[in-house]
Amino acid sequence: MHTLFNRAAMLAPSAALLAIPGLAHAQSIDEKVNAAFASSTGWFVSLIFSPFPGTSFPWIVAWLVVAATVFTLYFGFIQFRAARHSIALVKGDYSDPNDAGEVSHFQALATALSGTVGLGNIAGVAVAIGIGGPGATFWMILAGLMGMASKFTECTLGVKYRNEYDDGTVSGGPMYYLTKGFAERGIPGGKILAVLFSIFCILGALGGGNMFQANQAHQQISGIVGDYPGWITGVIFAAVVFAVIVGGLKSIAKVTEKVVPFMGVLYVLTALVIIVMNADMIGWAFGQIFAGAFTGLGVAGGMVGALIQGFKRAAFSNEAGVGSAAIAHSAVRTKEPITEGFVSLLEPFIDTVVICTMTALVIIITGQLAIDAETGLYIVENGAIKTVSGASGVGLTSAAFGSAISWFPYILAIAVILFAFSTMISWSYYGLKAWTYLFGEGKGTEIVFKVIFCIFVVIGAAANLGPVIDFSDAAIFAMAVVNIIGLYFLMPIVKAELESYWSRLQSGEIRRFKD
Amino acid sequence: MTDKIVVAYDGSAAAKRALAFASALAQEKGAAVLIAHVLEWSPYSFLTPTEIEERHARRKEEMSRAETAILAPARADAEKAGVSVETVIKYGHIAETLCEIAKDAAASQIIVGRDGQSSLGARVFGSVAGSLVQVAPVPCTIVP
Repeated sequence: MHTLFNRAAMLAPSAALLAIPGLAHAQSIDEKVNAAFASSTGWFVSLIFSPFPGTSFPWIVAWLVVAATVFTLYFGFIQFRAARHSIALVKGDYSDPNDAGEVSHFQALATALSGTVGLGNIAGVAVAIGIGGPGATFWMILAGLMGMASKFTECTLGVKYRNEYDDGTVSGGPMYYLTKGFAERGIPGGKILAVLFSIFCILGALGGGNMFQANQAHQQISGIVGDYPGWITGVIFAAVVFAVIVGGLKSIAKVTEKVVPFMGVLYVLTALVIIVMNADMIGWAFGQIFAGAFTGLGVAGGMVGALIQGFKRAAFSNEAGVGSAAIAHSAVRTKEPITEGFVSLLEPFIDTVVICTMTALVIIITGQLAIDAETGLYIVENGAIKTVSGASGVGLTSAAFGSAISWFPYILAIAVILFAFSTMISWSYYGLKAWTYLFGEGKGTEIVFKVIFCIFVVIGAAANLGPVIDFSDAAIFAMAVVNIIGLYFLMPIVKAELESYWSRLQSGEIRRFKD
Repeated sequence: MTDKIVVAYDGSAAAKRALAFASALAQEKGAAVLIAHVLEWSPYSFLTPTEIEERHARRKEEMSRAETAILAPARADAEKAGVSVETVIKYGHIAETLCEIAKDAAASQIIVGRDGQSSLGARVFGSVAGSLVQVAPVPCTIVP
């Protein structure tokens, strides 16, 4: 996901940028807040991100990957079996022309994607390659492919158990399937899980989906125009976010929603151009990826190090199993809940298998990783591979693209800012749905959350909130803990839906409208 | 089966002229008029999560507004002229959807008004009337 990547490696440049002169006098208060916050929430953060004893493998990553594997096996490799059907659905081959004017599968997918594609695809991958070596790419792709099954499961349930209201609007997501699905199967505890999920979702939305984005956007802008106080960025961003989510200002949202997919496509195309420019290196790059995946090529941690980094990146990037996509997809009008599952399984593919892989290939192919001329192995310093430019994170990706196309880093900076903005809009919606689940639907309760959300934009951009952001990252992964427990209990329901739909598809009862 | 004439109708002055022309023609031939209103819609545009959530309600609103504000007066006008009238509201690409409507209704012709604009916009993107004549499956009359 946009929000999450290896903090240790990322915060190094950010810490420097955040030492904003204008805020120097407030620093002591900031530090106090940080310290107080860290001591009261630190246990939660270390619980979520703690590694298995004696390893550096965080259990939460295993939790996500094991779930993805279970769903892949349980649904008989649905991501490969249904891939063609998924694409046909997105193309509208099965859409009744009389339903034109309703949200199409394509629109649902595009909107959900603009929430997940972001900083993680650009910066996070660079961190993973920098630490785990090229081999991390292999494991990242594998985990991305598995994650498709998790998305399929949660998004089908999201649509099946959503609430529909008289005015035609809907509310859905894990909190609704945890409550209604558990009640339907006679399993106790659904309500408790739903409330826990909602709390984590609100915290995650304010943190990873908001403060972290504002923070990164500010760093991008100050990286171009020079240092200036973060609260200025914060106030501008908050005003724009306020105009969109409270004022209902459609034009800004419209522009962003159009530019973000364009940026995504531009990013992939540029990566392809760079790869083609270095066509003679493609074979070598894939050799490095495969060799690195199983031997580590002498990179710190060897094969296991590559595997951890790759898995982590995929899990963090595509949000499969976190439950956020279930909220995004549940608003779509469809007669068959499972069709939304089919469509959503393309998300991890596009996010991780396509976009993240492009970033990785460009970094590898442009020779950003320093190789020792004598041994042919990567030069490792302080636990990470030494890079030719000396950069890491966004800087590494930027240097890789810049080495081939000199002006591209500027486009990249704009893309990062726009991705941050669209991610904030998406997470404001996820947080809002969790909020209304807890406090009830209604304009009044909604406006309270939206105002809180905008205040957090300013806080996120202005201050160095390391511990707060660590906490909100932990909250996003805590969502996955609750959500996946629910998915294990409810997956038989998805299987019944799948079997019913698939047999009707085979028999021709579900018909194509377009050939 | 009575002959059917499709009229593209959006409530504009040009559309009213097209409807009047079609009504006169229908009366002469003993044909029925099918008043078609198409709302521009692309399944490939991008929406925010909130827009997606509200889309179904919006669509209902848009359709009932089109029914009462655009189609009902048109129906009254045409019935006053003494022709039998049907109406249809659809979403989609305007010219393509008009063609589909004509095909589905087995209509004999399509009548569409034009406002005679030669603005830059029409020059770059083309007008409904312009693209309709290119793709219409049946004879197509443009009423100036």
